[in-house]
Amino acid sequence: MARTARNTKVMNRFDVTSRLIAKLHNEEAVIGGIGNTNFDLWAAGHRPQNFYMLGSMGLAFPIALGVALAQPERRVFALEGDGSLLMHLGALSTIATLRPKNLTMVVFDNGIYQITGGQPTPAAKVADLVAIASASGITNSAWAADEEDFERLIEGSLSASQPTLIGVRIDDKPGVGTTRRDPVQIRERFMHGLGVRQPL
Amino acid sequence: MAMAEEQVSPHTSHEKSSAERTWHGIILQTLKRNDVRLVPYVPDRVLTPLIKNLHADPFFTTFATAREEEAVGILSGAWMAGLRGAMLMQTSGFATLANVLASLAVPYQIPLIMFVSERGTLGEFNYGQALVCRTMRPVLDSLALEHHTITRLDELEFIVDRSIKQAVATQAPVALVLSPLLTGGKVFDK
Repeated sequence: MARTARNTKVMNRFDVTSRLIAKLHNEEAVIGGIGNTNFDLWAAGHRPQNFYMLGSMGLAFPIALGVALAQPERRVFALEGDGSLLMHLGALSTIATLRPKNLTMVVFDNGIYQITGGQPTPAAKVADLVAIASASGITNSAWAADEEDFERLIEGSLSASQPTLIGVRIDDKPGVGTTRRDPVQIRERFMHGLGVRQPL
Repeated sequence: MAMAEEQVSPHTSHEKSSAERTWHGIILQTLKRNDVRLVPYVPDRVLTPLIKNLHADPFFTTFATAREEEAVGILSGAWMAGLRGAMLMQTSGFATLANVLASLAVPYQIPLIMFVSERGTLGEFNYGQALVCRTMRPVLDSLALEHHTITRLDELEFIVDRSIKQAVATQAPVALVLSPLLTGGKVFDK
């Protein structure tokens, strides 16, 4: 199973995140997982529809599921690291059961806990996260072969009839920026961005 | 107060179905009145009638999650996107939540509404449940979270209704602990 991942190009998180953001023109929600994942989302340029997770490792997909259920007409993207996803593999089955077609999940897989010193994850040499997602019921799961393939998979997800998961092999580079750690402002501005409330 | 009085008043009780007079019927109706639609849960034997009736009512979107933390994430996302929810779990499930309460619900000011079926007390037969139960209130208190232990049917609607409204108004989590005195709890022969 792991061979599938080995055949894919090693990409860069910031570059791939920037490619995703450049494709968004309809106020799509983007949930960034803990650490480097949301640092690169921040560095790609803040949008009012971005949510940055500062703790609760592994909950980017569940948070995105909640947004997707609440606003079925809005496209929702979730970005998560491989180590984070390992924390909540069960969430994949919950998402598969609810089948929100407006949810696209991206897993950045470098096989390490980059931010804590580059220790390998327990999955690094033995598990295929896309195969796990597929076996968890997210049948529309695929590794991106390269940047162009990633963009093609993102575009395909926009008209999918079920949730999409895209695996991206990435290098070991740290995030380019650092998210401003202001949870209340992050949450409030996200709610403004989603049209739930207006600024005072 | 009016609602609490209404549900114990002999003049109005005949207008309510018998299901509403049960603890789970009162909780379901109070959730509905407060437009709480999304109800993820990790099940508990005691919660079974509530879960069954939530599934049967198309007003609610209710489903099992693999872990309780997942439900906190789902409810946080849903709240920020304009949909109210509440989660159901048992005491041991609450014990898995300290990190996500401290890193998501509390600092982001999410009105997370938690119902906890209380295991570990008043006739517990599993020592592990009895021990983990003792961690619940210290965790709630250490984060200064609002929590109530509900023991009486005649106070249930008032506490649930007011707690939901307070959580939303103050953007703060609340835990409603359903005592065996209210629900009957789980006993050894079940």
